[in-house]
Amino acid sequence: MSATSISACPACVAAPSAETLAAARAEKASGLVLSLPTAHCAACISDVERELTGMPGVRSARVNLTLKRVSVEAAPEITPEALIARLSDIGYEAHELDPGLLSVTETDRRGRDLLMRLGVAGFAMMNVMLLSVAVWSGAEAATRDLFHWISAAIALPTLVFAGQPFFSAAWTSLKARRLGMDVPISLALILSSAISLYETFQGGEHAYFDAAVSLCFFLLAGRYLDYRSRAIARSAAEELAALEVPRANRIGTEGDEVVPIAELVAGDLVRVKPGARMPVDGVVTEGASELDRSLLTGETLPVRVDAGMAVSAGEVNLTGPLVVRVTAAGRDSSLHRMADLVAVAESARNRYTSLADRMARAYSPSVHLLALAAFIGWMIQSGGDVRLAVNVASAVLIITCPCALALAVPAVVTAASGRLFRRGLLIKDGTALERLAEIDTVVFDKTGTLTMGTPRPIGLDEHDATDLSIVAALAAGSAHPLSAALSAALRGMGAQPAEIEAVQEVPGEGVEGIHHGRRVRLGRADWTGAAARDMTATYLDAGDGKAPRAFVFADQLRPGAAKAVAALKAAGKQVVLLSGDAEAPVALLAQELGIDEWQSGARPDQKAARVSDLSAAGRRVLMVGDGLNDTAALAGSHVSVSPASALDAARVASDIVLLGQDLEPIAEAASLAVIARRRIKQNFALSLAYNAIAVPVALVGLATPLIAALAMSASSITVSLNALRLR
Amino acid sequence: MEMLVYLIPASLLLGAVGLIAFLWALRNRQFEDPEGDGQRFLSDDWDDHPKP
Repeated sequence: MSATSISACPACVAAPSAETLAAARAEKASGLVLSLPTAHCAACISDVERELTGMPGVRSARVNLTLKRVSVEAAPEITPEALIARLSDIGYEAHELDPGLLSVTETDRRGRDLLMRLGVAGFAMMNVMLLSVAVWSGAEAATRDLFHWISAAIALPTLVFAGQPFFSAAWTSLKARRLGMDVPISLALILSSAISLYETFQGGEHAYFDAAVSLCFFLLAGRYLDYRSRAIARSAAEELAALEVPRANRIGTEGDEVVPIAELVAGDLVRVKPGARMPVDGVVTEGASELDRSLLTGETLPVRVDAGMAVSAGEVNLTGPLVVRVTAAGRDSSLHRMADLVAVAESARNRYTSLADRMARAYSPSVHLLALAAFIGWMIQSGGDVRLAVNVASAVLIITCPCALALAVPAVVTAASGRLFRRGLLIKDGTALERLAEIDTVVFDKTGTLTMGTPRPIGLDEHDATDLSIVAALAAGSAHPLSAALSAALRGMGAQPAEIEAVQEVPGEGVEGIHHGRRVRLGRADWTGAAARDMTATYLDAGDGKAPRAFVFADQLRPGAAKAVAALKAAGKQVVLLSGDAEAPVALLAQELGIDEWQSGARPDQKAARVSDLSAAGRRVLMVGDGLNDTAALAGSHVSVSPASALDAARVASDIVLLGQDLEPIAEAASLAVIARRRIKQNFALSLAYNAIAVPVALVGLATPLIAALAMSASSITVSLNALRLR
Repeated sequence: MEMLVYLIPASLLLGAVGLIAFLWALRNRQFEDPEGDGQRFLSDDWDDHPKP
């Protein structure tokens, strides 16, 4: 198995590049694909398929339970929204996926190709082994020759077909003047079948056809496992990217039209509804609103915008509808410029050498030298018997061939990432687990990572009942996130809304109405005449002549955040909080979670600088973050995690994606990674131990095909079983 | 030992049948959704008449 290919470019393994994304999006999609995260049983399949095929216009619907998706063939008038609404009626959560991005089933040809070669090698191995058993148990003369010939007839075509992945990889690495694991593998396959064919011609006693074929089978099994775990990660990463179907509401000559973001050009006018994310960089031409910039800066305090002000892609429009003139879209937007920063930091991380790489580097030359030494030694010893010397040399190559070594890493990675995937962690990069095992410092971002990025009112009990009832009535009249949070909290407290007439929302300012003949307002500080505080707050002017009252919000903690921090500290890791938010909320959160080391108001470059300072001081940093302001720090850290709610750029930059809301699995992943690393080392030790016993036997010329077959199977099985203990 | 003349081709033939069945299943995309196929078998939707 090519150990070198494990550590190839991590980002390109799981995350499709911007170009392929754009190209895929440009292609016209046929059929609809929905993701069904909650489907899990036979009843789910029949419910979903029956419900969807029952809709007029739907030609067929097929659920894939392994991928948790349903693909629908429907008439063009059927919209994904209609399907999603229908499914949510019967209690299934569904999300639209961009089918252009989900090339998995089509490009899975490579996986099927490997599986087919594995099947052919398996068939050949069984038959050759059956024949070999007869030879081992003492078949002689003509019978032995006949069996050898039949074995050759099965094994040679099989090796030519099934060994292709190794031969082509070996050829590539030879052309690049490197010695990967594939070179000794290919050499062993070719040399052993050649010497066996020669022996068969001569009517010799030992033919290694069985060893060559089973070698091929075990190695293909390792390669298939490796491919599978990467394909699962890639498909889940593609699904995350496909979840954001990027469209914008362009104001054209004939009214509004919904167009893909890729079609926007500078100068277009775009309408952005409240609650939507800015699709482009631009300048506000109409409307006033507030923007949530937390994904870009980490700041939770909403920022006010009016006509003439600049906005950036990724900000969330909170209150009023805005018309924005596009200044930069797609690849030129600030979001994409950030991606260049990521690419720079990522190339630094690619220098990480995995355990398997280090193993391969030491292994390949020593195997070749050992075989050469055996050949020369036996030439001298036997006085020039080439046949004997080649026989011994090829036996050495076969016995040392890295069957178990090839399984050692993929089996452990498959088992560990399967277990973490069930806990909601997606390992995007092959070496991420190994790097995660080495960390000693954890750096958290605040907004959107330790917190949900959704506000929650605090200290409501300190307000008097009249105020609360007025607030309850006003907040119910607005869709602003602060109003929604207030409204929900007050309903939970059982506050009765006061009677208020003429409730209206003033975009960018707040809500106002008439209460007992007096004008009441709930909204921004300057609008209600209050003194602004340095925390997220909304202000009530009850029109009673008293000073406006402030309703203060704190960000809601992400579930499991406290447990994750506590578990990481208990494991002896240093925990640091770096936030772009103001000092008061950061201090409050740090105290709540028991984090001693924190920094507020950190700009993106300061975050990245802090992470690289820590790395320079010999720390291995795990960075957990979600925003654009974390991207450079994520890419610059030793290993990085981002939640699924993070910006595309942040997810691309990180090695591990947290699929659920809960942060707790991070601590578990860190400890599992340590165990996985230990298992990999154990597996290397096990296979080396087998070699240490078998190699001397081969060197003195006592190796028979039976010993080779036993050593190979036994070590492969032990290594796989050891890896399975992780599940 | 003459039995081998029959037995070896017979064993090879049986193995080849298995291999062809495997390749057929692979070509028919029967390994695309292992979990779903395991569950579908339990559903009684099309017990009375085949799916149209």
